[in-house]
Amino acid sequence: MIALSDYLIFGAVLFTISMAGIFLNRKNIIVLLMSIELLLLAVNTNLVAFSHYLNDVTGQIFVFFILTVAAAEAAIGLAIIVLVFRNRKSINVDDLGSLKG
Amino acid sequence: MNFVIPAFAPAIPEMVLLAMASFILVADTFWSKRYQFATYYATQIALIVAAYFIMTSFATTQVITFDGSFVRDSFADILKLFIILVSLGIFLFSKEYLLQHKFYSGEYFVLGLFGVLGMFVMVSAHNFITLYLGLEIMSLAMYAMIALRRDSSDAVESSMKYFVLGALATGMLLYGFSMLYGATGSITLPEVAQIIESGKADAVVLSFGVVFVVIGLAFKLGAVPFHMWAPDVYHGAPTAVTLYLGTAPKIAAFAILYRLLVEGMPGLVADWQTLIIIMSILSMIVGAIVAIVQENLKRMLAYSGIGHVGFLLLGILAANPDGYASAMFYVIVYALTGVAGFGMIIALSRTGHEFDKIADFKGLNARNPWLALMMLIIMFSMAGIPPFIGFFAKILVIEEVVKAGFTWIAVIAVITAVISAFYYLRVLKAIYFDKPNDESPLNPISSQLNWAVSFVSIALLVLGLMPSSLIELCYQSIGMQ
Repeated sequence: MIALSDYLIFGAVLFTISMAGIFLNRKNIIVLLMSIELLLLAVNTNLVAFSHYLNDVTGQIFVFFILTVAAAEAAIGLAIIVLVFRNRKSINVDDLGSLKG
Repeated sequence: MNFVIPAFAPAIPEMVLLAMASFILVADTFWSKRYQFATYYATQIALIVAAYFIMTSFATTQVITFDGSFVRDSFADILKLFIILVSLGIFLFSKEYLLQHKFYSGEYFVLGLFGVLGMFVMVSAHNFITLYLGLEIMSLAMYAMIALRRDSSDAVESSMKYFVLGALATGMLLYGFSMLYGATGSITLPEVAQIIESGKADAVVLSFGVVFVVIGLAFKLGAVPFHMWAPDVYHGAPTAVTLYLGTAPKIAAFAILYRLLVEGMPGLVADWQTLIIIMSILSMIVGAIVAIVQENLKRMLAYSGIGHVGFLLLGILAANPDGYASAMFYVIVYALTGVAGFGMIIALSRTGHEFDKIADFKGLNARNPWLALMMLIIMFSMAGIPPFIGFFAKILVIEEVVKAGFTWIAVIAVITAVISAFYYLRVLKAIYFDKPNDESPLNPISSQLNWAVSFVSIALLVLGLMPSSLIELCYQSIGMQ
């Protein structure tokens, strides 16, 4: 039997990886989008694990909503990336630095 | 298992708004060719109709429906009415701006309307799912609005930044929600509050949850140390969009802050109060000091907005109903002043010239004395100089903080308010004492905007002369909870 804490640690690891992906990544914006998806998956893992151990279905319903909204969010994110590429001919994170002050 | 049909009546304003926004979205594709402004007028009508439905069924008691996920009370109704009022102004200014800068399109208004719908859902949210959905409806609309000017490299860049940090904030918030759900086994705010109160929930998991929720909210509000996005986004976005995202969403963000912290976890005051104190003090200091060196007015207003969020949090950290009411008053005043400030930039902008540098305002008094006077009112109100409304907003939150026993925080607040007066006065110095680069008289882009800017600015003065009814409204709506 896998304990609840194992799932929570797994969720925390996913969360940390996605944070690292967002803040350390200097290469590609697509990786940022992937990190954001991973962040939401960490949340989903947590919710499903809690839902199972609490014997309460609400958490799993929450997961459905998160998955749906994540899809919409990815669509907008990719659309913005297309615009970035059209304007700058590059999707490097380093090239996103013209607004400073 | 039997199915009970929930009461739909409390959510009628939202449903009307959703129906009209969807209708306008489809109709816009047909209208846009023949009638240029049909979408704009339809949007304004949709807002007025929603306001009418709120007014006719104004909530005097708390009504909860949809299995505890939606709440209608006078707190929600008052905030929604102000969101509508602010949005009416936003769309009025935006129409002229979009025309002037040649990217007028119906999508702006449709997205804006969906954003307002998201704010409504946020204000009325009563469990974690509705709260999350409301937040996302609003945020997704705003990401798209910032990038509406497809050929502007700056706008697209700021949209990307806002998207990544906004999604990160939502992720943090959700991670906090998952912890709170795990600790309490419920997602409905009063039930969560009750279980926390009973002491049955695991304290470590709960404090994890609180920290992540507060961080997520701080991102959305733009409080230090999670404010990095605000200046870039305010600066890069087209001014019409800056006007939108700098005003109405703050009201909605305050509402979810109140719902989550006060209604959802009153038992954890000790945990979140410390976090809010830190963020409030840092926001006030950063907002006051970093704004001094800004040359771009939109960027300066972004930092001033960060400072205002610090003041707004003062009311929350007092952790009593009077404090929350003063914060509510503050956020309403802040949104109204924001409309006036960004509206002024829009009114003076020209095709190909944003008029968003402080240097652009040099000698405005010689070129257009009336608008210079209006700008004086706006800047004085933001700085908190009597008799303008901003003064009463500041004095109320500071008073509540002193009453709650945090005199040292009130001292910091007053000092930062004095420092921030410097950069507001710097703008006025440019207007009244600097020589203009171009002596020709300067008229606003349309007479409609001249009236609108004058109306909003004079409203700041009139409200400042008789603030008591608005203050009373806020205190009553919080006191009724």
